[in-house]
Order: sequence, then structure tokens, then C-alpha cells
Amino acid sequence: MSDMAQKDTDKKNMDKKNVGLFVTCLVDLTRPSVGFATARLLEAGGCTVHVPDSQTCCGQPAYNAGDKVDAQALARNVITAFEDFDYIVAPSGSCAGMIREHFPALLAEDEKMSARAQGVAAKTYELMEFLHDVLGVSDTGTTFQGAVTYQDSCAGLRELGIKEQPRALMAAVDGLSLKELDDGESCCGFGGLFSVKYPDISGKIVDDKAEAIEKTGADVLLGGDLGCLMNIAGRLQRRGSPVKVRHLAEVLAGMTGDVPPIGETKE
Amino acid sequence: MQSTSRHFNSNARKGIADAKLQAALSKLSHGFPVKRLAAMARLPEFEALRDDARDIKEHTLANLGTYLEIYEAKVLESGGHVHWATDAADACEIILGICRDVDAKTVTKGKSMISEEIAVNEYLENNGVQPIETDLGEYIIQLRHEPPSHIIAPAIHLSKEQVAETFRGEHRHLQTGRNLDEPRTLLEEARGELRRKFIAADVGITGANMVIAETGTSIIVTNEGNGDLTQTLPKTHIVIASIEKVVPTLEDATTILRVLARSATGQEMSVYNTFSTGPKRPEDLDGPENYHVVMLDNGRSKMLGGEFHDMLRCIRCSACLNHCPVYKAIGGHAYGWVYSGPMGAVLIPGLQGLAETHDLPGASTFCGKCEDVCPMRIPLPRMLRSWREKAYAARLGSTKARFGLAAWAFLARRPSFYRPIMAFGVGLLALIGRRGRFSTLPLAGGWTASRDLSAPEGTTFLSQWKRGKR
Repeated sequence: MSDMAQKDTDKKNMDKKNVGLFVTCLVDLTRPSVGFATARLLEAGGCTVHVPDSQTCCGQPAYNAGDKVDAQALARNVITAFEDFDYIVAPSGSCAGMIREHFPALLAEDEKMSARAQGVAAKTYELMEFLHDVLGVSDTGTTFQGAVTYQDSCAGLRELGIKEQPRALMAAVDGLSLKELDDGESCCGFGGLFSVKYPDISGKIVDDKAEAIEKTGADVLLGGDLGCLMNIAGRLQRRGSPVKVRHLAEVLAGMTGDVPPIGETKE
Repeated sequence: MQSTSRHFNSNARKGIADAKLQAALSKLSHGFPVKRLAAMARLPEFEALRDDARDIKEHTLANLGTYLEIYEAKVLESGGHVHWATDAADACEIILGICRDVDAKTVTKGKSMISEEIAVNEYLENNGVQPIETDLGEYIIQLRHEPPSHIIAPAIHLSKEQVAETFRGEHRHLQTGRNLDEPRTLLEEARGELRRKFIAADVGITGANMVIAETGTSIIVTNEGNGDLTQTLPKTHIVIASIEKVVPTLEDATTILRVLARSATGQEMSVYNTFSTGPKRPEDLDGPENYHVVMLDNGRSKMLGGEFHDMLRCIRCSACLNHCPVYKAIGGHAYGWVYSGPMGAVLIPGLQGLAETHDLPGASTFCGKCEDVCPMRIPLPRMLRSWREKAYAARLGSTKARFGLAAWAFLARRPSFYRPIMAFGVGLLALIGRRGRFSTLPLAGGWTASRDLSAPEGTTFLSQWKRGKR
């Protein structure tokens, strides 16, 4: 990480940014490696990373299921845990989108929380946009040999407008070549609880996505949202596809040697 | 028609398993969206036009009563009649009354989603008046006794072979050995059949894409010209429109037409954009002698100012269907009623009741594509979520899912319980899932029916971080 190390030195005299890492429930519970990759990238970018112990989930499953009361309670929990940091960063467009785009509306009628929700929303970022747009990282100084394709997560793409940032960061990775997906802006069929409540429909959508991924000829699918990636990995594996799946943060942090792809074991 | 929305899940499974439907849907998803993008690229001011179109509709809705009154006065001035219908039954009765007044035997019909909504065909048939659909797609599904599966391409679910089979079965007076292999020959056969019916019809019923207050005009947008024959040949023309279709001026109507066809089919304009104002005047060479407009409410005035208000801007372009991953996976019939896709999932619960239709707003990934492509910038996901909130409050849907969600939320709201319980859970799962993933797992719902589930790494991020791992 020579470039980033250089950047780190450059920033020594500046105040370090205090970043609250909202690790997301899926990463926390199923793939902590993405959390460590995120922390590593943030620290290399000159941030001090804080991980509040009281964080659980952003409340999106409840919110999307129509359970507003639980969603509000979870939103209040996130706000209380994170509002003192300079920034809040999540390795997920979906969870960052929930905090930034939905918390203010969800708590609009809560007199005590409304302004605090807006304050938190205004400083919440998805990891790739934070690295690229806020920290100004253009090259993480990593190497990854292989042809990859990339699935934009719907919330990241349409709620937060994230498209160029992950591509710019991937373009700077040595040895990595990007093959874009046909109809790349279409949903993978995950949709959180949707994939469990409507498994047939979700299964059909992700099958089409898996086919499009195989058609690119890429060895690896990368993305910025673990939910989408678990969904797609599961379908690729069921199809017997050789395409491996990873969170982009793992590649950018140079951790692919230490961590097997999603749903695979080390060997 | 009888709604089958309560069977959404089995309807959807049927759609997914139907190879012919899947072929048609795959063609659809590579057709309209691609053409839409190309049409947008040719019109740099498209985004600004969307804002204009939205603002026109919002202004109209804020002054709906006024514009409806102006519209009515203008129609009367031009020699036409306006009938106000509260609901579907009311509208059907009015239409039958007009048909009976002119002793109608057959009625030709242009394509109209409102006429599907009020099921006027069934009503007329039961009362001795024969309705004949003249839009090719509508004609085909009428012969097959099927509801439309798409709001602008009602027979999109059928292959040309299925249409040929239907024509052979229905047009028995024609030669049995005729060639029906090409879309062209199918079209010519339908045209030949319909031509006689156009001429014989006593009444023509059309919908309206818009009605204009300033001039008392109704507009239909078609690509086949069937609507023009429907409304000009018979002595009586009935327009059936819903109240939110009114726009203030001709200028406003043309702004909306500019986004309509581009969003729908990617055309700059539909082939026919026909404006009708009142009955035939003395100096006109042709046109109907009687001109009636039936203005339907059917729950719309109740939507004004409420959480589904924005839906009243919908111009029925179908962009939300064409771009919806769920619609493209299951087809329109799965929704079980006349509307489908995201707009249908918002409208149907309001018209049919949420108790039997809650799966429609439930079955969305919230990918946001529908709102992204909607020319009227309707926040469809927000409204789908509103229905989910109502369904949740009414305890509709699977108790298992509700219980699971409640248990999870209980824990997630209490971090000190959540941490150890989740840590134990993921540790256990990691132990069983040493192979990296599960191909089957109890309680994973249907997830593992079509895909593997990756196993957790084994220790939560938070506990490792707390122990100092970096």
C-alpha cells in the first residue's frame, strides 16, 4: 500500500477524521473479513476508526416489512451510537441508504429525533464513495490478478448515486480487468426478506443475473453489498459455476489471499 | 373479471414455469427499455420534460374540481354529454343505458384500461350487447377470454403460434389450410375480421389518455388506428375516462404526450394521437352523431391528498412494468387483475382491498428502478411500503414471517442480548457449515430451494474487534 502509506504520512499533521464504522449486521454476523477490510481501508486513508459496541442493525428489514415501530427504535439506536463521529461509514449501499435516505423520513414526526436523524444522515457514506469522494483516494495500491465483473447494488446505485467510485478504485488495482455486465443496473433479486418470502421469484431473478455474470467470462464477481453478493454467490454455486464472489473491500484491502471467496473454504 | 390476486404466489410460480411466457418476457425486457433509452438520448430536455409533466399533473390535482367543471362545460358547449360515475357498477349502468337508447346490438371498443377496470365487456354481454375489442392485442385476448397481461401490450404473454391457434379456432369460416405463420398474415386476418365489425357497430367505446379542460377534448393514443375507426364510424361515441385524466390546456396535453410514448415504447410519438371534441358538426364529413363522456371516480377522489395521491399522476405508460425485475420474472397475469407491475401493486390493493392482495406490494425488491424510469416521478416504492405498513398493522400475511421478524427485532433492539445470542448462533452455523455453505438448511425458508447459503465465518466482527483484532 505504498500510495496510501504516502497519503497517511501526508496527513500526519492534519486532524484525523473520526469515523464510526457501521459494520452492518450481515458483515458482523457472517463475514467479518469485510469489516476488517473496511477498517483497514479507512485507517490507510487517514481515519481513526471507531466501532460502537451497541450497534446491531439499521432496521431496514423491519422498515421494509411495514414494521415501522421496530424500524424507528433501531434507527434511534443507530443515531445514538453514531452521532458523535465526524462520519459514519458502512460497507453497504443498502444500509448507508437506509440511514441517509430513510432515517429522516422515518423519524420526521419524532420531535426529539428528527433533527438528530438529519444530522446523522448528512454524514453517512457508503465505503466506496467515502474513500473516493471524501478521502480522495484514487489508488489503494493493491494488486489483484483476474477478470472481474461488478454488480451495482440497487440502493447504492439509485438511492446514493454510486456508480463511478467503485469503478475508479477498481481501475487502479494492478492486474484487475473489468468486464461490465449486460443490463448491469438491474436488481439481483435479493431484496432482503423478499428473497425469503418470495423465494421462487427471487430465485428466477438471480438465475438471470447469474447467467449474465457467466456470459461476461469474468473469474470473479465483485460488489459493494454483502446481501446481494450472498444471493448471487448462492445461485452461482448451485449452478455449478466457477465464478467466485467477493466484496470489493476485500480486494481493495489486499485481503484476498487471507480470506476465501463467499461460500467457499480455504484451500 | 374475477380477481385472482389472492393466488399471487401460485400465479407467479405458474408464470415462472411457463416457457412461452418467459420467452416473451425476455423479448420485452430487451425491447422497450432499450428503445426508451435511445429515445431519451435523442431528446436532451427529457429530464426537464419529466419535471414539467409532473408539475402539470400536480397543479391539476390541486385544482381538480375546477378543471373538471371547466371540462364538463366545454363538452356540453361542443354538443356532447358528460356522465359522472362513482364506481364501476355506476359506470357500467350508464354505458348500457346509452347503448340501449340507440338500440345497440354491437359495440366496437378501442383499448381502455378503465373499461377493464370496470369490466364493462362482461356487463354488456350479459345484457345483450356484443362488445368487440379492436386493438389487435385486446382482440386476441378477448377471443381467448383472458385479461391483459400488460397495460400497453395486452397479449405480450402470447407467441405468434398461440395467436394462430386461437384464430384457427375462432375464425372458422376461413380456409383451414391458410398460412398463419407470420405476424403480417395474423394482422391481416384480424384486420379483415374487424373491418366488417367496425362498419356494423352501433356504438364505439374508447378510453382516453387525457381529456383537456380548455377545449373539452378527449385524446387517444394508439399505434394501429383502430381507435379512430372505433370513434368515428358508429353513430355514437362513448369515452370512458377516470377523473384524474384531465389536464388544463392543449399545451399541457402535448407536454405529457412528449414523455408518454418515449417512456412507453421509445417512440417519439405514437402513430396516432387523435383528438375528439364533441359530436359531428354540420360541416364535418364524418364523425359520431352522439358524443358521451363517462367520468369515473372509483376511489380516486379519496386518494387526493393522501399517501397514494402521487399515484394519480400515472399516465399508464408501462415503463414501471417494463423495467421491474419482478414483473419480468412472473408476467402480468400473476398479479391477478387488470393492472400489473409496480403501478398495479399500488393500485390493486386500493381497488380490491388489501386483505386478499397484500402479496402484491409485498413482492418487490425495492430496487427503485420503477421510480427511476417513471416519467411522472411517482414514488412507487414509498407507496408499496405504505401498503406493507397497513398489511403489517392488520396482521396480514404469514404468521411465521411475522414471528421471525418480531423475534429478530426484539433482539436487535437489545444489543446486550443480541450479541451473545447471535455469537452463539453464528458459531454453531459455522461449525455445521464447515464446507463453506449450505445446500439445505431448516428455517432458511425457500432460500436454499434455488441457491446455496454461505456459512458464517464463525466469530462476529464486533467480538473480534473488541478483542483487539485488526
